[in-house]
Amino acid sequence: MYGKARGEPLWRPAALPAAMVALAFALASPVPSNAAGLTASEASEAKASSSTTDHSKLEALDKDFQTGPEVTKACLTCHTEAADQIHKTKHWTWEFVSPETGQRLGKRNIINNFCVAVSSNEPRCTSCHIGYGWKDGNFDFASKENVDCLVCHDTTGSYKKFPTGAGHPNYASKEWPPKSGKMRPPVDLKKVAQNVGPTSRQTCGACHFYGGGGNAVKHGDIDSSLGKPDKDLDVHMDAEGLDFACSTCHRTDAHAIQGSRYTTVAADTDGMVVPGKGNDERATCRSCHGERPMKDEKLNDHTDVVACQTCHIPAFARGGIATKMWWDWSKAGRKIDGKPVVKNGKGEVVHSIKKGQFAWAENVVPQYRWFNGEIAYTELGDRVDPENGVEINSFGGSADDGRSRIWPFKVFKGIQPYDAGADILAVPHLFGKDPDAYWKSFDWNRALSAGMQSVGYTYSGELGFIESEMSWPITHMVASKDDAIACDGCHAREGRLKDVAGIYMPGRDSLKPVDLAGWALVSLVLAGILIHGVVRVFSAIKRS
Amino acid sequence: MSRIYLFKRFERFWHWAQAALILTMMLTGFEIHGAYTLLGFETAVSTHTTTAWALIGLWAFAIFWHFTTGEWKQYIPSDKPGRIFAMAKFYAWGVFSGDPHPYKATPERKHNPLQRLTYLGIKLAVNPLIWITGLLYLFYNSWGGVLAGADLQVVAVLHTVGAFLMLAFLVAHLYLITMGETLFAQLKAMITGWEEVKE
Repeated sequence: MYGKARGEPLWRPAALPAAMVALAFALASPVPSNAAGLTASEASEAKASSSTTDHSKLEALDKDFQTGPEVTKACLTCHTEAADQIHKTKHWTWEFVSPETGQRLGKRNIINNFCVAVSSNEPRCTSCHIGYGWKDGNFDFASKENVDCLVCHDTTGSYKKFPTGAGHPNYASKEWPPKSGKMRPPVDLKKVAQNVGPTSRQTCGACHFYGGGGNAVKHGDIDSSLGKPDKDLDVHMDAEGLDFACSTCHRTDAHAIQGSRYTTVAADTDGMVVPGKGNDERATCRSCHGERPMKDEKLNDHTDVVACQTCHIPAFARGGIATKMWWDWSKAGRKIDGKPVVKNGKGEVVHSIKKGQFAWAENVVPQYRWFNGEIAYTELGDRVDPENGVEINSFGGSADDGRSRIWPFKVFKGIQPYDAGADILAVPHLFGKDPDAYWKSFDWNRALSAGMQSVGYTYSGELGFIESEMSWPITHMVASKDDAIACDGCHAREGRLKDVAGIYMPGRDSLKPVDLAGWALVSLVLAGILIHGVVRVFSAIKRS
Repeated sequence: MSRIYLFKRFERFWHWAQAALILTMMLTGFEIHGAYTLLGFETAVSTHTTTAWALIGLWAFAIFWHFTTGEWKQYIPSDKPGRIFAMAKFYAWGVFSGDPHPYKATPERKHNPLQRLTYLGIKLAVNPLIWITGLLYLFYNSWGGVLAGADLQVVAVLHTVGAFLMLAFLVAHLYLITMGETLFAQLKAMITGWEEVKE
């Protein structure tokens, strides 16, 4: 499985796997598969066309569109409120104010330890924005026509935003990766527009599988293997089985999508979602499975302590694609043995002149912690301690607060540049054609100076590198129940939960003095018996 | 030599069934406690739970039997402390010099004074400790308001204390039954019901 070429780790062509999946479907043999004599592809088309509108029959879409925004304008002639709805979502604003901490978060504001920050790097990062043309700080967030309908509603698999196009696909044939000689054909906007439909794992995955700059880099539990997973990889998304789309759980209302990385529901105590109950949040296990879904009542007794994910996701990066576990920016800017990019035997990039050093891992056992849904970020301007490193995000929770569960996490570590004069995290200007861009001049001081300026800070001029850690709650790649973690995965002296404090776990815990006293008592009795027995035998021999 | 019928059929069944169940519970219990791995945690727990219910059932019958037959009186401590002392002295001294057993069993008083005391202690202290903590342990999630705030650790530790006491008893018991008239006289009596006694 490691043999899969990861290829260029830099911003991968977003929708490539989607296209491959579509191709695979197209090539599937046209054997009649049901009583109506439909082929599999006809049947799936029939299913998709349960819509009351066939978009290929619409006059508004029967045009040779030149740009994405032109298509959007056509969409909005019928879907009059769609752009306004999108404008209110995180997908558009890349901004989110935490109701719990008041912190101003969202992609636009946070600093992470992957590609660090969006500001000053927009044209690159915004190839995953749900819009067109966010190339710098002057993007018009009120623009309706700059909403990208197609990136989510494409069903052809042929719509791909160009990696450096600030959200636009390429409208003319264009080389990618740079200097590779490989040309990306222009997108056929008319065809895509006439074939719009519901979102799918492919459309969501076109961005979310590749978060952090490449396939499987960021989440650990979301990568292109979920494009067409089998039951072992994800019991719900199993392409041959339940075949859930992302939106089956992440339901939408007015284009707002349920489920959040910023306000995660750590312990859903509302039970099953049924009409009339009020809360229709579907993005938790319990919203469908209820509070005590298992046949074994003793297992059900665990649900007030343990998140479903903890037992049912035995490992992440289970789909044959390794996830990034370590990223050392301090090693960037140099070649190794004259090579700007170095891969290991498995084809994973372990060093890149642009990004530094990486480590990857597959089938990773998560780390486990209490989590009550509260997430606090280290924001730009917060003082950081280079001695102890920085937690990019930290999670609230304990055994005692009554609303925490033990959750699995991917813990992603790295070393990143920071402003050592001010002891604050830094925004590096990485991407761009200007000489301040790190990927042009490989000069951290220029990159930090320009990057910090873009967010209203003045860089002190003192460069430092700080160890950082960012954690990701694991919730996808749900194994079938036979592969769930067995009891002794945790109920053991050295089990998975050995570091989770605040609870007494049979098999893991004991009161040492009591154990010592107990075994001492038993040993004393045994010793007494042995001595008594020996004396008995000898005295009997003597007597006889 | 003559024979007396000491242990009735139900009594013997009760004893050996109880022995098997308690051994199983100890083996699985200490595994659940993390002392070793034998059956695996899951099987250990399910076995421990099943045998616990079986033992509770057995006990219900045994208690009924004890009260309807009057056998419960076998556990009333001896009225003469001197006799307890005589037993202790025999174990500590007399047995080495070949003294005769100071106690003659009869169907009405089948246990020697030390046995009576020990079994009474097991029945009044160790067993209740194990059972109460065991049931609390088993129904931990259903405590609800009744015992809210009580810690599972307290329950588990007390249960472990009970288990160690029971193990210590078992070890001693296995040795002490060799101190009848002959090495295996008491074992044989618990199997056949008949004990051979010297005239």
